[in-house]
This record gives sequence, structure tokens and C-alpha cells, in this order.
Amino acid sequence: MIHAHQVTKRFGRTTAVDDLSFELRESESIALWGSNGAGKTTLIRCLLGIFPFNGRVTVGGHDVQRWGKVARSLVGYVPQELAFHDDARLGNSILFFARLRGVGSAEAVRVLEMVDLCGHENKRVRDLSGGMKQRLALAIALISDPPIIVLDEPTSNLDASGRGEVVETLRKLRDSGKTLLFASHRPDEIHALASRVLVMEKGKLISDVTPSELWPTHSAIQTMRLYISMGTDESAAVVLRDAGHAVNLNGHGLCVSVPHNRKAEPLTVLADASIRVRDFEILDEINMGPKELEGAQS
Amino acid sequence: MSVLASTPSAHLPSVPSTSLRYISRTRSILAFAKREFRDALASRWFMLYTIAFSVLAIAVSFMSLAGSGSQGFAGFSRTTAGLLNLIMLVVPLMAIIAGAGSIAGERERGTLLYLLAQPISRVELLLGKYIGLAIALCCSMCVGFGLSAMVLAWRAGGVGLGSFAMLVVFTCTLALAMLSIGMLLSVLSRRSGVATGLGLFVWLLLVFVSDLGLMAGTVLFKLRVQEVFSIAIFNPLQAFKMGVIVNMNASLDVLGPVGTYASHTYGNALSWILTSMLVLWIVLPLMIAMLVFQKRGGI
Repeated sequence: MIHAHQVTKRFGRTTAVDDLSFELRESESIALWGSNGAGKTTLIRCLLGIFPFNGRVTVGGHDVQRWGKVARSLVGYVPQELAFHDDARLGNSILFFARLRGVGSAEAVRVLEMVDLCGHENKRVRDLSGGMKQRLALAIALISDPPIIVLDEPTSNLDASGRGEVVETLRKLRDSGKTLLFASHRPDEIHALASRVLVMEKGKLISDVTPSELWPTHSAIQTMRLYISMGTDESAAVVLRDAGHAVNLNGHGLCVSVPHNRKAEPLTVLADASIRVRDFEILDEINMGPKELEGAQS
Repeated sequence: MSVLASTPSAHLPSVPSTSLRYISRTRSILAFAKREFRDALASRWFMLYTIAFSVLAIAVSFMSLAGSGSQGFAGFSRTTAGLLNLIMLVVPLMAIIAGAGSIAGERERGTLLYLLAQPISRVELLLGKYIGLAIALCCSMCVGFGLSAMVLAWRAGGVGLGSFAMLVVFTCTLALAMLSIGMLLSVLSRRSGVATGLGLFVWLLLVFVSDLGLMAGTVLFKLRVQEVFSIAIFNPLQAFKMGVIVNMNASLDVLGPVGTYASHTYGNALSWILTSMLVLWIVLPLMIAMLVFQKRGGI
């Protein structure tokens, strides 16, 4: 469904996406995993043909740089930052996007029912909660029943309950045969939804693995941020990856996701490689519940 | 959230035919135009401009009638002349600011990215927004002109109605030209504040500086009358002013030697030349805006 070949995107001297290639097959679900600044969002924007880039991307066989409009008609997109016209009413907003996608108001009503937003049509977008806005974005993405759904950190602004609802909806979409591509920082979401994980760092594709290969254990996962001596962070990332850890590297430090009962392991591995860790903090704990594990196995 | 939806489409669409592409393009442009029109009508600045323009137009109408000394003496024609200066100040400002905020505003709010992720082209987005704003601007001016016309018809009958109608048409053309310039500035600017600032600068340049500059240039460089005329008509406001005066069947002699030269040299063709200049100011900035918006890519 999506075929990316040697995609490179530069902003001035910075290379945001660097010679990246992958293929997303029909009904497959792929997660983009990587730290902030890894190039996930830029890659998504290239796939949608919003940014010009070097390389080639086809969506449903259509080159996005040549036939962007046709390619985008196959994709429902949920952005990271939800940007609607705040003064517009929910009903008008969804009807506007329905018109853009060439579907009638009946479709708009159908997707509003699907995301439990019926009855809120007269509310102004600015009066909606974060979760409701997220559901509105999902409704807009689904409005013309596109075969591919692309989501950029769809749960980043939601609380635990909102996250659960969105993940559940996405799971149903995946099970109904939709092709999913999503960026996420959360191992539980990736376990629940993805069949493959593209690990990105500094614009490059580091590995293409299954969630189980990235996090082999089924116990709770904790993300630790390690503060390492200047200039050794890249070699530390390599050492940790060689030791089998899922690592993200960004300007704020090096993040590593580990099972909750093996937190000392990254520190030991780095000490063995003579890399000094100045400090560390534990960012969050993610429970890999039965649903996530079931999702990971399906 | 309740149960979902259908299975994915079994057959992916092929590249649509020319007629289907035309339908889809028209649909997208109309969707944007409709939304832009509705948003403009709902916005406070638009209301404010409409009210201000209407009040001033009615005031000018009353003053023209009072100045005539008798009811019915060329009411519409006098008012047309009176409104000319008001229009040259208010309408370009209104149109250029509306255009400047369009794309840059979407960019600043973050909504541009979301719109470009939909199955639309950049040209459709730009054209749709232009058409929506153009209709809203014309409606706003028609309210002002309509109220003014009602006052005049009530007090002075229908004398000079033709020149008044022509003024409405020319004013709408001027508004469309300034809207095009505003859209171009909007495409070129990252922030709506910058676009609005540039818009105000261009407005000042066209309204005040170009006149003063032309006068200074004429003295300094000893420009010939035909050169002054050629430079003047490149200012859309001057083209508008001369166009209205010519079409009122009045003599351009009121504009001094340049007007006399233009009247004698171009005769009946002058009206077409001035109208063409205004139309050029609609088409050219809009075309450049489309090209820049499309070529530049990104958000």
C-alpha cells in the first residue's frame, strides 16, 4: 500500500529523513518508534506529499509527488497537533471535510456515531475536550472510509482512559482490515497495534523488527532517561542496542525502555564499556496487560 | 467508541479521468470558498469594516445632497465623485488585510498542514479561499453602496444611477486586485502578523507614497507627461480613479496635464486600458501566489 524508496528530506543543513526505504503491505500495521527529532513526523509528512523530498513514495501505486491528491484520497490522517478552526462548530467542521473528500452528510453522521460524537454537532471546536478533539480527528480521518490510516502520536495528548479508547478503536480498525501506520513513544500501544516496528534515529532507519523483538519480555516496561558524558551518547546508544535494548537518542538525553525488574542492566552494560552515566531518571511505567499482549500476538 | 466500519476498499482507485478531476477540483474549491465566506461573515473585523464603510458611504451621500443645494440635482453622480476618495482609502485596506491573513493565518494556527493532508491541491486551496473572500468583500461593499443608494433614491430620485452602478463594479474590481496582492503577501509570509504588516506597507505605498513619489520624480527627473501617465496607471488605485472618472463621462482634465494628455491621446480606448490594468492586478499577483505556493512546497 505504501512503498517508500530512498526518501531523504533536508531542511537546510539538517537531514531530517536520511535515505529511508520501507514497504507497508495491505492490512499491515507498522509503528514508527524513535525519539523526538528522529524524523517520524517529517517522514509521515513526506508520505502524504506535504513536503517535497528526494526519493520516491507511492501510495496505492500512485506517486505522492506527482499524484498527491489521488494518493491522499487513500489515506486518513490524524496529526500530532490537532488543529481545527476553533470558532467552527463540530458539525460544520465534519461536513467541510466530508465535502473535501466528496462524501455526503450521511457519511459524516456515520463517522460521528462511530466515535461517539453524535449530539455534539452544535458545540464549538474550542469547547471540546482533548479527547473529543482527538475523536473528531479520527472521525475526519475515517470519513471517506480510506484503506490506509496514518496517525502521528495519536494518544500523546490524552489521559489513560482516552488512550485506551483510541487504542481500542485502532485495534478494531486494524482487525477490520485497514492498513495502519502510526508514530508512537509508547511500547504498550506498539505491542497492541503493530505487527512491525520501524526504529528511527536521526532520520535513519535503524531496524525493522517485530514488537516482541524490540521488547522480548511481557512484564511491565519502564522508560529511563540516561544522562551521559558529552560526546559519548552515540557510542552509548550503539552499546545499548548491541546489548538488545530499545534506545532513543535525542537532544535531551538517551532514553532506554527496559523491563521494570532489569533497570540496572543498561547502567551495567555502559559501565562495562567504560561509558560514564552522570545521572538517570525514570520517565514512566507501562503495563503490558493481557490486551496488549493479545494484540502483540495477533 | 462503537463498532467500526467497513473493510478496506478492495480496488484502489486509478488516476481519475480529466472530467472527474475537473469535478473534484470544482468541489474542493467550492468547499473552501463556502467556508471562507462563512468565516469572513462571522468575523469581527469584517463586520467592523462593513459598518464603517456603510456609515461613511451614507454620510457622503447626505453631504453630497446637502452640497448640491437642491434635491435631485445629479444626486448619484455627485455622490460617486464624493465616494471616490473614501473608496480609495477604505476598500484597498480592507481587501489587502483580508488577503494577507488568509494563508499565513492558516499556517500560524497549524491548520494549513491538516488541510494539505487532505485530497486537495494547493491551487484549489488558494483559489477557494480567494473566491470566498472575494464574494464576502463584494457583499460587504454592496451593503454600503446599497444603503447609500437607498438614501439617494429617497432624496434625489434616480439621476446618475448609471455612474453609481459603474462605481460599484469598479470598486469590486479594485477590491479583487488588492485581495490578490494580499494573498501573494500571505503566501510569502510565515506569520500572519508579518503578512498584515507588509499589507499595511503596500497600502501606504499605493495610497500615499506613490503619489508623492510620482510628484517628486516628475520634478527631479523632469518626466514627460506620457511617462507620468504610464507610471501612474501601474498603481491600481490610480487606474481605478481614472477609470471611474472616465466612465462617469467626465473629463480627465480635472487631473491636470496628465489627464488631458490621456484623454486626447487614447480617447475611447482609455476606459479599456484602465480596466485592463485593474484586471491585470487581479490576475498577476494571484498567479504568482499560486506558483510560489505550489513550487515552495512544505508548510
